Amino acid sequence: MRWWDLQRNSNHTTIVTIEKVIDETPTVRTLVFSDSIMANVLPGQFAMVWIPGINELPMSVMISKESGKAAFTVRKHGLASTGLFNIKVGEKIGIRGPYGNAFDIKQGKLLLVGGGTGLVPMMRLLTHVKSTDDVTVLIGAKSKDEVFFEDLANDLLKNNSHNVIISTDDGSYGEKGFVTDIVEKLVNESHFDGVYTCGPEKMMYKTVQSAHSRGIFVQASLERMMKCGVGICGSCCVGEDLACKDGTIFDGNHLSKNNEFGHSHRNKAGILEDY
Amino acid sequence: MEPSLSTSIGKIELNSPAMLASGILGISLDVFNRLYRSGAGAVVTKSLSIEPWEGYPNPTIFSVNGGGWMNAVGLSNPGASNFAKMIENNQDVPIIVSLVGSIPEDFEMMIKEFTNCNVTAFELNLSCPHVAKVGLEVGDDPELVKKIVTTVKNSTSIPVIAKVGLGTTNYLNTVEIAIDSGIDAITAINTVRAMAIDVETQRPILSNKFGGLSGTPIKPIALRCVYEIASKYDIPIIGCGGISTWEDAIEFFLAGASAIQLGSAIGDNWINVFDDINKGVLQYMKQKNYSTIDEMVGLAKKF
Repeated sequence: MRWWDLQRNSNHTTIVTIEKVIDETPTVRTLVFSDSIMANVLPGQFAMVWIPGINELPMSVMISKESGKAAFTVRKHGLASTGLFNIKVGEKIGIRGPYGNAFDIKQGKLLLVGGGTGLVPMMRLLTHVKSTDDVTVLIGAKSKDEVFFEDLANDLLKNNSHNVIISTDDGSYGEKGFVTDIVEKLVNESHFDGVYTCGPEKMMYKTVQSAHSRGIFVQASLERMMKCGVGICGSCCVGEDLACKDGTIFDGNHLSKNNEFGHSHRNKAGILEDY
Repeated sequence: MEPSLSTSIGKIELNSPAMLASGILGISLDVFNRLYRSGAGAVVTKSLSIEPWEGYPNPTIFSVNGGGWMNAVGLSNPGASNFAKMIENNQDVPIIVSLVGSIPEDFEMMIKEFTNCNVTAFELNLSCPHVAKVGLEVGDDPELVKKIVTTVKNSTSIPVIAKVGLGTTNYLNTVEIAIDSGIDAITAINTVRAMAIDVETQRPILSNKFGGLSGTPIKPIALRCVYEIASKYDIPIIGCGGISTWEDAIEFFLAGASAIQLGSAIGDNWINVFDDINKGVLQYMKQKNYSTIDEMVGLAKKF
């Protein structure tokens, strides 16, 4: 790392050039860029990503195999995410951050539950596990087309006792059914020292319930509409918590007392809507 | 005698002088309660309009190299009616409801929505610098200000504050018209119309191109305005603009403000800033032997 990188004002936008684009699925791409600060963020931390002329989005910072590089893995969905998805090699985006807290990584038997691009912080978490940890990664997807990061998870865990389980809603790959049913089965069968989840809120809600009700340490990374990322605009509030500033990672104990988690989120105008 | 942080802004009585400025964090009653527990004397809501507004696309907020924050959120808010429902169970928190509109009837209609809510005051946003037909465009029109303030004062017995800013006309005219029309207090100032261009991509960063500059760079400007208003008129003043430390707060009291509002400081120092400022102000009062904030208000005017 260069010394001036550390003096960067993280709230000011830094421009980076996309160096590589990886197609993960027909609707998911990973965009790789060089940035020594983003390369070293902690699992769960995010950046605000500016797509010039289009929008700015909160994105979990994806790992890269090359040192000094980081990435964003995006699913095309709305205008902003589609804008990011369509960025080509050589084009520029702006980044500010890193923001948010990080997962509190326990040791021993760990369970990671990810859905869609919620797998991004899970992959970074895998780079922080100890070689003595026994790690189960549960990847949920709608269908075979939408499964990604299976090989990456296996590769990151090649020195660990591990198990990567895929479940698809339609049964076209791996186990058939909802990922949360497998979570329930796993935590019922054996004790885990830590459960970590990121993905659709209903999936996280059930995962947190399954683990927390059995006294298992569990953390979820919450996604909300964000404008500032730094605790000014209030767009991302979840009850009395601000996802950007108090989170995005919250533990089961805290989440079990939050009435909005798993039930509702705010739209761009700040109106509470049910999931 | 132990000094007290209580302050009055005309008929508005607060337990501490540092309040949350409008536009910041203001969309959930749970968050308001948390801020109140953290030492905020009152919270000012996001500026509410009749209909819900989504605001501008991102980027809407970022920090400026050299200090301060730039924003063009575009007054996103859930609308007065939805908001009133959200705060109808408020018991403890002094909530000041900020309103934005284009014509007197807008304000009159919105005030009715809050009939059953525990509201400490209304603050009229006459100074947002980046949304058409409202904010500064209203504040810069003396006739409209007169009509709005007169209508609002006739529709509620709750104190009404006008938030003024630096537009294209002399803001002191807006202040004078508001006072003549019966306003109870003035908040000065709003963000200052500004912009930022990214040199790499060579385009304005804000999706709206123009926004408002807030934070420490505008503090001396805000202080000057408070001092000018206090020197010219006999009206309670709330100081707003770049306040981030207890020394800043004291400066505003000495210039003539009875209370202050915090916004950007939360982005820099998070919500501990209320408690930090309260403690610092108390310490200063002990040292200088003041028992109330009021004893300090406007002391610098004699020079």
